[in-house]
Amino acid sequence: MPDRAFTRFFVIMSQPHTVLLFGITRDLVGQNRLTVDLPTNSRVADLMASLHRQYPTLAGIQSILVAVNSEYAEPDTKLNPTDEIALIPPVSGG
Amino acid sequence: MIFLTEDPIDIGAAYGHVQTGEAGAINFFFGVVRNNTQDRAVERLDYEAYGPMAVREMQKIADGACRRWPVLSYVIIHRTGVLHIGDMAVLIGVSTPHRGDSFEATRYIIDTIKQTVPIWKKEWFEDGATWVQPTP
Repeated sequence: MPDRAFTRFFVIMSQPHTVLLFGITRDLVGQNRLTVDLPTNSRVADLMASLHRQYPTLAGIQSILVAVNSEYAEPDTKLNPTDEIALIPPVSGG
Repeated sequence: MIFLTEDPIDIGAAYGHVQTGEAGAINFFFGVVRNNTQDRAVERLDYEAYGPMAVREMQKIADGACRRWPVLSYVIIHRTGVLHIGDMAVLIGVSTPHRGDSFEATRYIIDTIKQTVPIWKKEWFEDGATWVQPTP
């Protein structure tokens, strides 16, 4: 038996999450969806931080909300790779 | 009934959705495309929706109106796609036994749609286009 006492593996799983884009966020990114790699158990706030790093112009928009499975989510809402995630810039229907 | 559609809005069909024998009042609101915004001439509007979520959010609003007022029937129709000056972008219809409630419920529905439903409009001018910011 090999001695594994000093061999600890920290496996940080990173998984692709698909994000739908609408309105001004779609125009700024230049596509209607994108894929973001996030560590397991990431939250909405982590997603936004990652997006702001990759697409600094998104950080310039005030109050982008995130929807998870067609419901408005909170910054601490956990994300799964199977979730339908969407950026919701300020709405202007009617 | 709630509809999100690219097709022109049929007022007659909408009336049919809210007319009932118990109704003493049927109130309609029509939101239409205006030819200017802040003194700039508007040529057209592009409406974009996150469809499944937009319908769910409109359903929540309608359910909220039904809890607050004695709504007999309602219809909400919102268009998407390219709309021109004078086109109807949204129709709300509410029937109630008495008129006061139909006015208030209709007002609540359109005001809340503008706050929470994931629909966006882009205004096209002679010299470019901008996504519209929310208005109170």
